[in-house]
Amino acid sequence: MRRARRLLVLDKTNIRVHPRSSVVSIQRNKRRRNPTTKPASIIATILTAILLVACGAGSPASPSAQPGVTPTAPSVQATAIPAPPKPANPDLILATTTSTQDSGLLDTLIPLFEKQTGYKVKTIAVGSGQAMTMGERGEADVLLVHAPDSEKKFIAAGHGINRQLVMHNDFVIVGPAEDAVKIKGIKTASEALKKIADAKATFVSRGDNSGTDQLEKKLWTAMGTATKGQAWYQESGQGMGQTLSIAAEKKAYTITDRATHLATQKNTQLAILVEGDQALLNIYHVTQVDPKKSDKINAAGAKAFSDFMLSKSAQDVIAKFGADKYGQPLFFADAGKPDAS
Amino acid sequence: MELIWQGISQAFWLLIQGDPEVLRVTLLSLEVSGTATLISLLVGIPAGTALALTRFPGHRAVVSLVNTGMGLPPVVAGLVVTVFLWRNGPFGILHLLYSPPAMVIAQCVIASPIVVGLTLAAIQNLNPKLRVQILALGASRPQMLWLLVREARLPLLAAVMAGFGAVISEIGASMMVGGNILGQTRVLTTATVMETSKGNFDVAFALSVILLGLVYAVNLVLTYVQQRGRAL
Repeated sequence: MRRARRLLVLDKTNIRVHPRSSVVSIQRNKRRRNPTTKPASIIATILTAILLVACGAGSPASPSAQPGVTPTAPSVQATAIPAPPKPANPDLILATTTSTQDSGLLDTLIPLFEKQTGYKVKTIAVGSGQAMTMGERGEADVLLVHAPDSEKKFIAAGHGINRQLVMHNDFVIVGPAEDAVKIKGIKTASEALKKIADAKATFVSRGDNSGTDQLEKKLWTAMGTATKGQAWYQESGQGMGQTLSIAAEKKAYTITDRATHLATQKNTQLAILVEGDQALLNIYHVTQVDPKKSDKINAAGAKAFSDFMLSKSAQDVIAKFGADKYGQPLFFADAGKPDAS
Repeated sequence: MELIWQGISQAFWLLIQGDPEVLRVTLLSLEVSGTATLISLLVGIPAGTALALTRFPGHRAVVSLVNTGMGLPPVVAGLVVTVFLWRNGPFGILHLLYSPPAMVIAQCVIASPIVVGLTLAAIQNLNPKLRVQILALGASRPQMLWLLVREARLPLLAAVMAGFGAVISEIGASMMVGGNILGQTRVLTTATVMETSKGNFDVAFALSVILLGLVYAVNLVLTYVQQRGRAL
């Protein structure tokens, strides 16, 4: 309102050819100066504040800036923990699967690796398929994935080297506790899936080319069951946690890795119906992206990470991880065991 | 319903305890989005003012482009920035991908069109005679521009709020160019998505409450500035 009125006044003074018109409006301007400059100064203060905060934005992210934050700190720290060695190129990109992040394992392992070696890991948790595509493009240095067949192709195509067995757990077929199709207790996955398909019970697939998705597709293909475009077969296109939530809401069946199921069970209320089939093994390997692909690949860092995952300290963490929370460990440490896959 | 109360109480609990992870995530959200908003203002207000005061061939096409940009999906911004910042992309040597500066860049791409568009509308909404009047009173060109911007400060602050609101709440770009890395690029929105997919709905809710509180606090300050000196 007030602004409109003022414009009106200005218009009037403009239209009227009055010798004093300009004086009047100049006086208006002067009278108004005080209330307007104050907000302007406040804006300036806020902008400066934002700028100051912004300037600090970089500092917490760079661990290299941490030693020597205060003049007294270094001497105390030096005696407490030995300073990690400084790698030439500390930036390391790890492309991995959602299951290792959603289960919380990496949040435990990565800080340990960073402390031991001084590398700064950028963990990108995507499906195994996307993780390998990142490796193929040279956008990742090291992979921790669980899609053995694709991994072998990845190595054969010259994208990766030094593939090492790290750990395993297993996939399970889960569904609503009432289990309308009665698959509980069936010994083999394909038999259970056949029953689901025959009954046209809703099945939620990841549909995202992740390790879990690839295993599931492999099972359907081996059975010769066509799933594409079937109304009962639905693709979520999302990570395991989300897919389990969707399955729970739709009272549908799905295949999941045991770790993610245990971590989300309290919300989904889904029950394990089929387990223990040899075809449901879920095996994780660490693979370095072949440094010959591009000189931008952090080969030393990738090797360090691979070595760390196979080291006793990491394997101990893996073997115990989740036992306190779920009553059973989520993964089985496998470093050094014969690798059948 | 129970989850909502649980989330609100947990949010307070996390804040009172001063949970270092939550504080860091909250602070990073504020830093990244605050910086992005600031840069968008520095770019957007001059650009919007210039667009409002000039006419050139293709002017409408440019304005339409800006208006389309106001609805730019964050994932598209994220994808484009990712492709540019890739190791093997044109700006790969800067090593910016999966770092807070990359998130700032993506968020600038999202917020700038909003600031430009709203500035354009605000300046165009001023009475055109005002320009003539100001110049007639002997103001120089920079003085006139400053007076115009000052005159339009209410809608301009609305532009600040819209820009900040858009970037602090976006998730697609932050997830893609930031990578949701613990201790480096995890912000409130990406942490909320991750906790949801982990099934920790209570933590996700607590983070949402903190995010809303943060946005409210920032808007409260801006609104106070905006409405100051106004009768009612």
